[in-house]
Amino acid sequence: MALIVYSVGDDISTDVIYPGRFMATVLPTETPQFAFADDKEFNGRLKTQQVPRGGVIAGGQNFGCGSSREQAVSCLKGHELTIVARSFARIFLQNAINLGLNVVTCPTLVAAKGDDLEVTDTEVLNRTSGQRYPVIPLPKSRQEIIAAGGLIAFTRHRLLATRH
Amino acid sequence: MGMTVAEKILARASGLPKVSAGAVVEPKVDLAMSHENAALVINQFLEIYQGTPLTPRIWDPARVAVIFDHRVPAESAKTATNQKKVRDFVGAQAVTKFHDIRGDVGGICHQILPESGYVRPGAVIVGTDSHTTSHGALGAFAFGIGATEMASVWALGVALNIEVPATLKVVVTGRFRKFVGPKDLILHLIGLITAQGANFKAIEFHGETIRRMNTSGRLTLCNMAVEAGATAGIVPADAETERYLREEAGVTDAIDPVLPDADAIYEQTIAINVSKLTPQIACPHTVDNVKPVSEVAGKKVQQIVIGSCTNGRLDDLKVAASILKRHKVAANTRMLVFPASGKVFRQALAKGYVGTLMQAGAVVMNSGCGPCLGIHEGALGDGETALSTTNRNFKGRMGNPTAEVYLCSPAVAAASAITGVITDPQQGGD
Repeated sequence: MALIVYSVGDDISTDVIYPGRFMATVLPTETPQFAFADDKEFNGRLKTQQVPRGGVIAGGQNFGCGSSREQAVSCLKGHELTIVARSFARIFLQNAINLGLNVVTCPTLVAAKGDDLEVTDTEVLNRTSGQRYPVIPLPKSRQEIIAAGGLIAFTRHRLLATRH
Repeated sequence: MGMTVAEKILARASGLPKVSAGAVVEPKVDLAMSHENAALVINQFLEIYQGTPLTPRIWDPARVAVIFDHRVPAESAKTATNQKKVRDFVGAQAVTKFHDIRGDVGGICHQILPESGYVRPGAVIVGTDSHTTSHGALGAFAFGIGATEMASVWALGVALNIEVPATLKVVVTGRFRKFVGPKDLILHLIGLITAQGANFKAIEFHGETIRRMNTSGRLTLCNMAVEAGATAGIVPADAETERYLREEAGVTDAIDPVLPDADAIYEQTIAINVSKLTPQIACPHTVDNVKPVSEVAGKKVQQIVIGSCTNGRLDDLKVAASILKRHKVAANTRMLVFPASGKVFRQALAKGYVGTLMQAGAVVMNSGCGPCLGIHEGALGDGETALSTTNRNFKGRMGNPTAEVYLCSPAVAAASAITGVITDPQQGGD
């Protein structure tokens, strides 16, 4: 069971996910407190642990557009959220894969806050509406990074392989 | 079949005779740029080496650039401490392309890279800043990455698992009318193809209008290519690129342009004639919410901002000074100007632009990114409206989620500073 804890429209920028004025904070242990900081209600629920771990943010098209700031990914990962969006902006998607934030591209998704989703590698079942939506799998090149446990581990393996 | 500029550069950097859109490659990186977020890159870089017998060393310190620009001079002890950490690290790693907080060689990263001669046609450039697309203005393949990806580049010298993008070809013809220019063109294009119209793709700019455009204008175009989602914006190198590199960037060694093949495959070709283009403006809260300025003329603004990596160069300050000469910034409107680099600032001083702008009532600030993203001076009050030559207008961008940001050219910003309301420079003033 994965409940949609937050639902947003198209073109949600990293300025909205992690406002620029908190960019001096970089540690993944500290960034989660500023996730969606300008939405006092949702940010408040996140900070007081009222949002269940494994909850889903349902996004529209071009989720994570704008700045390359990695805090926009680490702040969501810190709350163990999954992002299911119709599409993602390139840098955000890559940062999510690199850091291990669970992101699912589901171009036709129709869902609202409170809906209960079942997410697999191939489809999203909206248990509330009974509808099924296909998932676009990540390219194999990206899956390699996820399988390695993120880009740091992936790079470490490469470094050791090339230097020995 | 032939290759686009992006395909050619990525093929060469990956040691392959040919690549096509969709292929996954590992290009060697020619230049890896970071700003203050190098503090995070350092953390991730050191983590890569944890548990290994290896000593953390940047693969080639001569190919790494670090420029302080986002919060300069530091606005807080936290920032100053992060900058100190980065300064110590680049010293220990012998990074030579380090631009500290200085009036001689300091400035905004996307101005420092080209004006220092670090950007070359055909190069692969990565930066931990989304506006790294700027450097395609000199015929490079330049794209933004996150801090962890940069740490990986520092360790390996290659960008891992890069997908070769398909390319949109934008062919621009016609001559701009007075007070219309590159910023209006790129806003018009983003409005046309939307904020995600080029997501995961490259944009190549062609046509007589681009050939006639100077490098400053091309930097404005490629800078904002990312606002249409583009991985990279590219102007194929030409005589103007060589002129800029020789005359303005002091480059003396060989220049090796990479040009597209005549039979290159483009995903789509978009033709734009600018002869009748009017001043454009991006309205809150997305960059693709673009209208002719005339449609929103008369809207009251409390803050005018001219500067940034998008429009903080000498010709931008020149047009602003020419419009504001012998005029005053309207009462209850404040005007902030921040040149793109110390060099631009000094040139603008010598030309008299800084004096003209200050006499009109503008506050001329040191070079930096601060006001654009609301992190260092120039924040907006509740419910206020800003008109800015920067590149983003997302909710909260200038530090206040209840404020509004409109994006425009320096000419529109300067004309509006005089009236205190959004003004079409073709109509307004006298």
